[in-house]
Parts: sequence; C-alpha cells; structure tokens
Amino acid sequence: MPKEEMVAMLLAGGKGTRLGVLTNNIAKPAVPFGAEYRLIDFPLSNCTNSGITTVGVLTQYKPLVLNSYIGSGSSWDLDRHNGGVTVLPPYVKEGGGSWYKGTADAIYQNIEFLDIYDPEYVLVLSGDHIYKMDYAEMLNYHKEKNAEITIGVLEVPWKETHRFGIMNTNQDQKIIEFQEKPENAKNNLASMGIYIFNWEYLRKYLIEEAEENDDSAGDFGHNIIPKMMADNLNFYAYTFEGYWKDVGTIESYWQAHMDLLGEEPELELQDRNWIIYSVNPNRPPQYLSEDAVVDNSMINKGTQIMGTVKNSVLFFGVKVAQDAVVEDSVILPNTRINSGAKIKNSIVGRNVIVEKNSKIGIEKEKEASDELKISVIGDNEVIPEASSIKAGMVVG
Amino acid sequence: MMTPVYKKGGANMNNVMAIINNALDESFLDKLTGHRSLASVPFGARYRLIDFPLSNLVNSGVTNVGLLLQTKYRSLMDHIGFGKAWDLDRKRNGLFILPPAHIYQANRAYKGDLQNFASNIDYIKRSNQEYVIIGSPNIVANIDYRDAFKYHVENENDITIIYRELDVFRRDTTYTVINTDDNDRIIDMKVDPKKNFYKKISLQRYIMKKELLLDIIDDCISKGEWDFVKNAIIGNLDNLKVYGYPFHSYAAVINSINGYYKSNLELLKPNVWQDLFLKNGPIFTKPKDEAPTAYKNGVNARNILAANGCSIKGEVKNSVLFRGVKVHPGAVIKNSVIMQKSEIGANAYLENVILDKGVQITSNKSLKGDTNLPMIIAKNTIV
Repeated sequence: MPKEEMVAMLLAGGKGTRLGVLTNNIAKPAVPFGAEYRLIDFPLSNCTNSGITTVGVLTQYKPLVLNSYIGSGSSWDLDRHNGGVTVLPPYVKEGGGSWYKGTADAIYQNIEFLDIYDPEYVLVLSGDHIYKMDYAEMLNYHKEKNAEITIGVLEVPWKETHRFGIMNTNQDQKIIEFQEKPENAKNNLASMGIYIFNWEYLRKYLIEEAEENDDSAGDFGHNIIPKMMADNLNFYAYTFEGYWKDVGTIESYWQAHMDLLGEEPELELQDRNWIIYSVNPNRPPQYLSEDAVVDNSMINKGTQIMGTVKNSVLFFGVKVAQDAVVEDSVILPNTRINSGAKIKNSIVGRNVIVEKNSKIGIEKEKEASDELKISVIGDNEVIPEASSIKAGMVVG
Repeated sequence: MMTPVYKKGGANMNNVMAIINNALDESFLDKLTGHRSLASVPFGARYRLIDFPLSNLVNSGVTNVGLLLQTKYRSLMDHIGFGKAWDLDRKRNGLFILPPAHIYQANRAYKGDLQNFASNIDYIKRSNQEYVIIGSPNIVANIDYRDAFKYHVENENDITIIYRELDVFRRDTTYTVINTDDNDRIIDMKVDPKKNFYKKISLQRYIMKKELLLDIIDDCISKGEWDFVKNAIIGNLDNLKVYGYPFHSYAAVINSINGYYKSNLELLKPNVWQDLFLKNGPIFTKPKDEAPTAYKNGVNARNILAANGCSIKGEVKNSVLFRGVKVHPGAVIKNSVIMQKSEIGANAYLENVILDKGVQITSNKSLKGDTNLPMIIAKNTIV
C-alpha cells in the first residue's frame, strides 16, 4: 500500500442519547439533516473536498443503516483502489476483543489499519457536526507551527464557554492550558472535536495508555490529551471561521435547520465550490400545486406540496396535502401530512402519517412558559385524526 | 425471480438485450439539438430523454443495453458515463456504447440508421441473449416490457411493436401510425403520413429474436435498403408475424418543438407525472449532488415542477425548472421551461419561453413566445 500523508479517522459510533427518538434505530451520524443529507455527509464531504482519500469510519452503536449508507464510498468519491473509505467496527483479536471504550480506544484498536498506510498525520473527526472546513489548510497550519497536535477551535460567546472544552492559548496560538467546561473561562476558544496528530506520537501514547492503565476510559479528552499536555508536547489551536454546529440536542438540531433558511443562510448548501455529497436518493422533481403556498423554505426532490409550507425544511418524499400547514418545522423523509393538519415548531420523523385536522406543536400545555418548545414525532408514527400533540411533547 | 447469470432461456428477461437507436433525425428540435443529440435533450426538470428508455429497460430486468450513436454525442456520453446511475456498470453485460464506425469512410454518404446497426453487428452477434428490444429516445413513457415480452413469446410473434391509441394528435408532430386487425396483428404501418391517419401510434419499441434482427439487417442492406422502420419493419409486415401490444399509460412523442414544450408543461398534471414518475419503477438519471431547492422570502411559486439546487425569489407559475435555476426578486415566469443553471434577473418577465442551459436574462428584460410557438433561447445566451 502506498504511504498516505494523512489519514482521517471519523468517530461514528455514538448513540446521540440527547437526540431521543431521532436515534432510536440509527447511530447519530446517520441522522438525516438538511432535507437531503445525513450528518456524516458533512465530515465525509469535507474530506473529499480537502483531498483526503483515506478515511476510516469507526462504528459501534446500531451500525446497519450507517454501513449500508456508506457502501463503497462512491457517493463521496471515496471508492479508491488505495484507501478510500473503510468501515471499522470493533473486532476480535488474538487475545479476545472488546467494544470501543472511548474515542482514543477506538483509534488504538485500529492501529493495524493505520499502519497499513503508515501516515505522517492522523486527522480525528466527529461524525456529528455540521460545518464546511478545508482540512488541508489545517494541515498546512499544523506543519507551519511544527505542532505535534493541532486542535480545531472556534470562538464562542463568553456566556457559553461553560458548555465547551476551552483552550487557553498564548499569542502564537500555542495551547498552554485546557479547561473542560469551566465555570470561569480564561478564553473563549472552544474545541470543535477536530484533531491533527503526528501519528508517531499518537501511536506511542495510545499504546502506553492501553498497556499501562487498565481502568482507562480510552478517551482523548480525559486520558490522552492531558497526558500529552503534561509531557509538554507542542499543542496549537487552529481557529476556524465559519459556521459550525454540534447538533447534539433536539433544540440545536432544530436550530441548525432554521440556520439553513433566510436570505443569506449561515450555512450555504448550494455552494458548488464545496459540494456536500450524499447518497442522493433518486426521486422525481418536486411538485408544487396550484394551491401551494411556500415561503422561506428548503425543499428536496420527490416532494408534493399542495398546502402551505413556511420557514421549514422538507426532506425527500414528503407530501403536504391541501389545507395542511407546516411552519417552523423539519419534516423527515416520506412523511405524509394530510389535509387540515397543522404543524409548528416541530421535528417530524420519517414515514410518519399525520392524519387529517390533527395539530402538532400548536397548543401549549397549561402553565407552560413562553420559552420555545420543540415537539418531536419519532419514525413510523401515526398521529390520529383531529388529535393534538402539544408544544414540546415527544411521541415515539 | 432469481436466475443465475449463465442460465438464459425462454421468457426470462435476462434472455433479452436491448438497443437504443440514437441515429435519428433530430433537426426538428432546432436550437435545442444544435450542440447535443436528441437523446440528451433535457426533459422534465431533472432528466434527459435517454433516461426514460434506459430506465424502462433496467426496471424490466434487461441488463445488456447498447446505445447506437450518430452525431453530437459528447453530452450524451457525459451524461451516461459507464451507466452507473442505471446500475449498468456490470462485469457481465451492462452498457455498450456503439459509435458510428461508418463515419470513417468519409467518401461515402450516410445512408440510414441500418448502417449504424451494421457497423456494430459484432456486438449484436456476440451478445448471448436470444431476444432483443429496439427502442428510440424520442418517446417519453414509463413502460414495463415484461408483459409485452411474455406476450411476444407466448403468441409466437416474429416482431412485437408496442403501440398506444391516441385521442389527440398534435398538428405539428409527426407520428408513426399503425393499423391492426382484431387480433392486434399489424396490417399497415406508415411513417409520418400526411393523410389517411390511423389512431394507433407506434411507441417505437420493437421486440424480436436477435437472429431475426441479424437476418433482416443482412437482407435489407443486401438490397440497398437502409431505414430501420421503413425497410426492416414495414417492409416485412406481409411476410412476418408482426403484432402490436397496447400500452395504456402516458406517452409523449417528442417530434417537434411545440410537442417538446407541451409535453414538458403537461407534466404539471398530477395524473401525468404520477404515470410517468411513479408507476413501473423510477426513472434514473445522473446524480449531480445539488443541494435542495431554496424558496426564499417573498417567493410565489405555484403549479411548478422543480429540480434541486434552485434558488427562487420571484414569481413562477405553470413552469418546469431544471437544476440550479436562479430567479431573482420581482421576476415573473409563466408557462416556461427553464433549463439547468439559467438565471433570471430582477423584474424580468418570461412567458411561453424555453431557456436552454446557462441562459442569463438580465434585469427588466421581457420575453414572450406564443402558446403554440414558444420562444427558444439557445444555450449560454445572455439576454
């Protein structure tokens, strides 16, 4: 196998517990996003667009959908003679096997995979973030700085620093301290969960950690990074400017969809210079009837709109019947919304049937606060005729 | 039914190969075929004409398809590639590109489409299927060949032609019409007659044994006959068992600009697009990874078919928009067909027009064609 300069390792084993019913049957990276995509399309497309052609995808939780989605990798141009995309589930070795204990352990268990390509650098990515980023630029920066580890960071509002891993840097962007979800942050540069390691070092630390520490959580944030920090390795922060979102919660998932709308969306998906590739389901063109009213929405092919759709994102195969109203909502693939139904501030799963005149997210619970509450309907549910799912309720 | 690839015989669809005949006169589409072949003319918001016959064959279980080419086939080749979108990138069988080898004999004039068959006779001979379906890209329909093929075999026909009975004939479109007896035997067939019409039109899908095709080609050419429909088929109506098989769903004949325009707009009728897109399997096309379409604030879009990648701010009614079309605020589009990557400037007005790919209409321009004679703007024009 020819040597690769940099191999990407994409962590895609997470359950995404906080997404609730949306990840009942699929791993978080397989969660649909943006009318057409799944979350994993973003890091995979970023890899292709950055010129990275060898990608390991580490799977563990409910991998079936994800495995078949990735297939040969041809959707992202990652079907290559050398490298390409390789799905890496945990496997049994000579001395037995175990589940991936944590992010670092997942890489440790696949040292053999990485050794095939003998890379200079390893790029570690998460499978559940929404952003467009050129990893080649980050690698250039890593080399310029003579770093051993470069961590992708972005500036977050000071009031939110307590939610993130915060990097304290000197004037040269060298990281001098790492604070995990600090009460009193000294900086506002938050880790994006994107790392470039010199493979030689990372390999050594992974083996040491596994061999010397039986109780290790096998986690980058808790085990490997602090140890490397203590040994004074060269850590640098690479500041990313642009849209980045961790869609880890129902609220952030909904909000990220709303960010796709508007005159100048924060995340522009129609940019032909940085295409987000996907498996691209083959569907007929979208049809808007004579009575359709559509405003400020993103709609995929294979949809049939006979009713009203405002400030919403509709995946492929969705049908909105006459007199149905969808507002400020995300409707996942192949869901049918029958006439007279009204949906607001909701996320409706795939293959759902919303029967006539039912309401989702329209009525509030008594004594509910004014705070925005997102209603969520899980996959394959049927919402009975004329029923009402109150704001903030979850079905499924 | 599962059949091993090496086992061929009887009425299994893996015993059928197909040839799509692209060696047709395409001049009637005027500017739209100035730089492309008929087969790659865009149709129905996200397709090319070739997608329909090709998808129909694949959906029916045919896995060996040859494309006869004649001229201007760069865009067709770009679209088809290795046939991956149709699952025809196979180790055995799959897609075969059949170029017009005879054009290298520059001193001889082109005689007719049987010459294209003859140039590629080795492909036909070498294919190990017993039967062949011959089709052409100027008929848009969603046809399942399985029943027609079963009928062909059971009725022991020599040739089966799929036909459709029409109620409405377009004055400016040419048809190949057939007359049948009560048993659907074809007793007469005419290409583009000026009078004495029949109500049944050929959908230009012919089923026959491969050996028969080879015999007919040899026979015709040895007599100096070079036209597939007129000589190979019509010339044999009396001495072969040629039967029709009726098709009852939607079919459009693309034989004129007006026919092309009307057929596109006809897709806005729900029963038409349901017939064409949802019955008998999907229509496949080359994927482009366009982002979903963005309907911006203040958009007014009604009765439209749109592909992905569009960004619409103005008013669009009764129209078909292909991929990546941009409509700026205040623009009005009515009864029009707007092809890939065209951009309509602010406050422009378009009615009854066909914009080919990449046309730019600058702000405040107004273009209007007639309902029966749409205005065509050629590829990459700036107006």
